[in-house]
Amino acid sequence: MTASVLPGRAVALKRSRLRASIGDSIVVTERNLIGYVRIPEQLFFSSVQPIMFVLLFRYVFGGAISPPGMSYVDYLIPGILVQTVLFGSVSTSVGLAEDLQKGLVDRFRSLPMARSAVLAGRTSADSIRNVFVILLVIGVGYLVGFRVGTNFAGFLAAFALLLFFAYAVSWGFSCIGLSAPNSETAQLMAFPILFPLTFASSAFVPSETMPSWLRWFADHQPVGVVVNATRALLEGGPTARWVIPAVIWSFALLFLFAPLAVWRYRKTA
Amino acid sequence: MSAAIEAHGLVKVFGSDVKALDGVSLSVEEGTVLGLLGPNGAGKTTTVRVLTTTLVPDAGQAFVNGFDVVRQPNKVRASIGLAGQYAAVDENLTGRENLRMVGQLFQLSRKDASRVADELLEHFGLTEAANRPSKTYSGGMRRRLDIAAALVVRPPVLFLDEPTTGLDPKSRIAVWAIVEDLVANGTTVLLTTQYLEEADRLADQIVVVDRGQVIAEGTAAELKSRLGETVLDLGFVDDDAATMAESIFVGTWGSAPVREGSLVELNIDAGPSQVMMALRQLDEAGIAPVTMVLREPSLDDVFLSITGRRTETDQEVGE
Repeated sequence: MTASVLPGRAVALKRSRLRASIGDSIVVTERNLIGYVRIPEQLFFSSVQPIMFVLLFRYVFGGAISPPGMSYVDYLIPGILVQTVLFGSVSTSVGLAEDLQKGLVDRFRSLPMARSAVLAGRTSADSIRNVFVILLVIGVGYLVGFRVGTNFAGFLAAFALLLFFAYAVSWGFSCIGLSAPNSETAQLMAFPILFPLTFASSAFVPSETMPSWLRWFADHQPVGVVVNATRALLEGGPTARWVIPAVIWSFALLFLFAPLAVWRYRKTA
Repeated sequence: MSAAIEAHGLVKVFGSDVKALDGVSLSVEEGTVLGLLGPNGAGKTTTVRVLTTTLVPDAGQAFVNGFDVVRQPNKVRASIGLAGQYAAVDENLTGRENLRMVGQLFQLSRKDASRVADELLEHFGLTEAANRPSKTYSGGMRRRLDIAAALVVRPPVLFLDEPTTGLDPKSRIAVWAIVEDLVANGTTVLLTTQYLEEADRLADQIVVVDRGQVIAEGTAAELKSRLGETVLDLGFVDDDAATMAESIFVGTWGSAPVREGSLVELNIDAGPSQVMMALRQLDEAGIAPVTMVLREPSLDDVFLSITGRRTETDQEVGE
């Protein structure tokens, strides 16, 4: 350690509120992405799970399921895509709970930064990670026979819808992360929510085979709607019927959970 | 001189009945060190959290650098540094990345933030470890990085929440040297600690808190003088002998003797004649001490005499 005196510095916050909150969010996003890169094991094992789901349903269960009008692998991959980004958003709540637990949030709170940046930086980093995960699932899907049945525009639209939906959902998981006593619990809290939404949907089997009350739920709940919209964009079929409610659901979740998460962040001691 | 930190009647209740703060008031003159002393759960960390705007008080007012912590939190945040009890650095980030991130969040450009990070790393002897993820750092290195992160903009007011808890003696002395250097250059410091030695060495003023209330304040010397000038420690062969000695002193002595095991402590405020009196009393009762030490009272004695409890030295449990 040197005995020299540190040079003094003036503190002046010059940026406007909006520019500051965007700038702060970018800094926090970068910090979270570095975290993902530094723990490659986490990235590796979170990629293994969707691949196993693809193989499980393609080769183990798939033979027993025959959806109308398309091969099962074409039916399956849109469902796996939605399931993957949905399960991936659990990491939003786990990451936030961890930051709270380790005292990082206290450091952020003591800095003259935008209150929303810690959350926006987390959800944005998770969106960027989703780009990678979506490409991975589509790549693995291609290896086992999946093909985009529509066109490039449909593919891009499906990609955008998946990212937007996952972004909205990850704000919901921010609320869970901020309410959980620790990161392990944050992880456990996610599954009672995710399981019924994912499996009581047409992600893996056509909802036509379900009892009528369950079918009604599967066709109206957000995950089911987004699965059908993604499938329509990638494989054809009635597009507007599913895409419009899927976009409405995504906006609704975002407008509900983003303010709620910021409010929780401010309140959390 | 004016106060860099001022708090009046801070109250914070957690849940329905846990009063973490029950009317804490304190004031820290510019360029001085205030030591906030107390056992675990006394309200030290809660006080720091209110003053650093990470927690809103239920009642009372506080000003840091003249800014209201409730009404002008961003002005407060721009003029303080906080180094927390749990060394809040991102362990996946390298030392350099951690400091650069904090700089950028203070709205320094990426380039300036990098330059400042390098200066701080050098100043705190972390240059060699700069590009390693901070989870590979030792406890002492992590704490230095944490303090460096609090100094990115050279804030005029620095909050250190138990800066040496859990550190080995060598790292503790290194942290003390950092604090002394900063104070010599005009920084105001509020420091919480469970270690009386730390408060004794660093703090100009000491505030003792217990159960959310200020129970004593003054300089280390003032607090010690409440106990008289000297402490007489008498050691006996066993606990029974010490208990007997204690019973002799009770009632005949100004301030109550304190017994711990086979040791009895007496406060001496009337000089050598009082020591002679104590020995004479023991002699008359036929009890002979096996050891005898005359010493200055420590802040530990002060704490004991105010609260009736020793300070806790448990290093693992936080507030």
